[in-house]
Amino acid sequence: MSVGVHHAEGVVSLANYVFPNDVHIHWSLMIVLYPYITGIVAGAFIVSSLYHVFGIRDLKPISRYSLIFALAFLCCATWPLLLHLGHPERAFSMFLTPNPTSAMAGFGYIYTAYLILLVHEILFIYRPTMVALWQQSKGIMRGIYAFLSFFNNNLSRESLELDHKIINFLAGIGIPMACVLHGYVGFIFGGIKANPLWATPLMPVIFLLSACVSGIAGIIFSYMLIKKFSGGTIDVACIRTSLKFLWGFFILDFVFEMLEVFTHYYMSTHHWHVLENLLWGPLYTTYWTLQVKVFSVIPFILLGILCLVKLKDRIILFFAPIVSLMILAQVLLMRWNVVIGGQLMSNSTRGQVFFTPEWAGREGIIAAIIVMTAPLVILFILSRIFPLWIHEEQPQET
Amino acid sequence: MEDIRQEIDQDRRAFIRKVLGGTIAGSLLLVIPMPASAVLRVAEQIPGMQEETEVFTKKRFVFVVDITACIGCGSCCVADKAEYNVPDGNYRTWVERYIIDDHDDVYVDSPNGGLDGYIQPREGLPHPTRDTFFVPKLCNMCEKPSCTQVCPVGATYKTGDGFVLVDKTRCVGCSYCVQACPYSVRFINPETRTAEKCTWCYHRVRKGYLPACVSVCPTQARKFGDLNDTNSEVWKILHEPHVVSVLKPDMGNQPALHYVGLRREVV
Repeated sequence: MSVGVHHAEGVVSLANYVFPNDVHIHWSLMIVLYPYITGIVAGAFIVSSLYHVFGIRDLKPISRYSLIFALAFLCCATWPLLLHLGHPERAFSMFLTPNPTSAMAGFGYIYTAYLILLVHEILFIYRPTMVALWQQSKGIMRGIYAFLSFFNNNLSRESLELDHKIINFLAGIGIPMACVLHGYVGFIFGGIKANPLWATPLMPVIFLLSACVSGIAGIIFSYMLIKKFSGGTIDVACIRTSLKFLWGFFILDFVFEMLEVFTHYYMSTHHWHVLENLLWGPLYTTYWTLQVKVFSVIPFILLGILCLVKLKDRIILFFAPIVSLMILAQVLLMRWNVVIGGQLMSNSTRGQVFFTPEWAGREGIIAAIIVMTAPLVILFILSRIFPLWIHEEQPQET
Repeated sequence: MEDIRQEIDQDRRAFIRKVLGGTIAGSLLLVIPMPASAVLRVAEQIPGMQEETEVFTKKRFVFVVDITACIGCGSCCVADKAEYNVPDGNYRTWVERYIIDDHDDVYVDSPNGGLDGYIQPREGLPHPTRDTFFVPKLCNMCEKPSCTQVCPVGATYKTGDGFVLVDKTRCVGCSYCVQACPYSVRFINPETRTAEKCTWCYHRVRKGYLPACVSVCPTQARKFGDLNDTNSEVWKILHEPHVVSVLKPDMGNQPALHYVGLRREVV
């Protein structure tokens, strides 16, 4: 038997042919992180909008925090791209002389528009708080708070009502923009006809849904972690509602991910022949074992139980961070399997390559860890300026 | 004795005078440029090209590869690497070896892109070989190129006469074009960190010379010419009843690279 296996392996390796230029993986860790970060941004914004636009009252405790969380990640969204570019010093050409037919050229505009929108949304939501802090603080912080409240300390009823209208308007256009931001990232991949794994109209949909999922999971996990370490109380109703939304979006996300593979399998075009060799070849462990079996099926069942069964608060608070972290891992694996996986199969349709990320270098694991840690540092700095939790300022407001 | 000495002195003077004169004349030849009319004119290989003054010519260039003629010697790859100083491990052009055994299994390889030529037969195949042939690959110069479509800064573009080129002074090195090319002819040059690919030797063609690989091919398996010129060999090949096809026609890129005798096994 072993001889037979060896013989089969030998034939497989003999038949494996990769175009000579296809042995290089040009989009590596940084391009895995780029959709991951923008996805978290889009998802976190949706959490905030669920309260601000759709009136989900339970999510009030995290409605402000999720915006600051989104901003912290948005600040770092361009980092992986700049680390990836061969000539980052020319990156600005995408702004100044964009090629209108390029999907990538739109990123700068979409990113900038979204950043402007998010900052304004935050400033208007925080205006009463900023004014209060402006009056209380001294020295340099006084100047900062004055600037952040547009040097306007008018907190009359009419003025707050106007603020509220602006907030609603910004949140209203923010939802389609968050969807565009991430659906567009999916399109960057979905529009590449040369790659059978990427070229599907479902790609923007899957990216968008997984973005919502990663954003909600990120908010739940970080909210509970911050509360745990800063000694605050966790709002269990808020966690329960968040878990419900997480489950809802994850059902859609996971089902679409599976439908995409199933559709390829069912149609069995020549693309499937290539994809089959990829999914049961170099991608087997990260796709089937990790992404699907461990980090999708288990959280899927866990979330179902957490949402459907009447459980004690203690159990919810124990499982919520675990399930959120697993979902965050699932989305990261999904990004890996799409970005790296798509490049593991050669355009020769006859072979695959394997990829192991390097540690050092601009696109290495260490750089990736730094890029993923930076938003947390920025979040900490932002939290020194913007009170993350509404109850922190209650005594000041009353 | 005195006479002899005088004669030797004279000889010496004459010798020095001659050497000095020769040196000065030779130096002048180096310093003064030759008149244009005296420059050795290499015979034009593409008719009418040396008279072209427009930025884009009115020609329609096509490349034809005759699979039935290629012997897998690798001369084209050597010429290409020498012409462009292509970094090791990256290929502007390469030659694939196809082997079909008597079980109809297909085995393809291209060690070092065929640069060393296929001198040795392939070893370790389980069944006797039924058929074998070589397929040279290079840029397809698509009518509808995916690479120019996706380039975010327009660093890769199509000229009016059908060449798809890369401006390495504008390229940001994002690799989007590398991902988009269905034929994998692009790579990122590790030295310049910009995208690079076969240009069909645009610089040679503009001067009326054939691409480097075409001019070195010993069996004329690579052909290049103007499709608007009905006397050209490429026109004849594409208008006579040959078995001619392009790679991956269902991609919709409409390549200007045609293959004579393309086999269904070739991707």
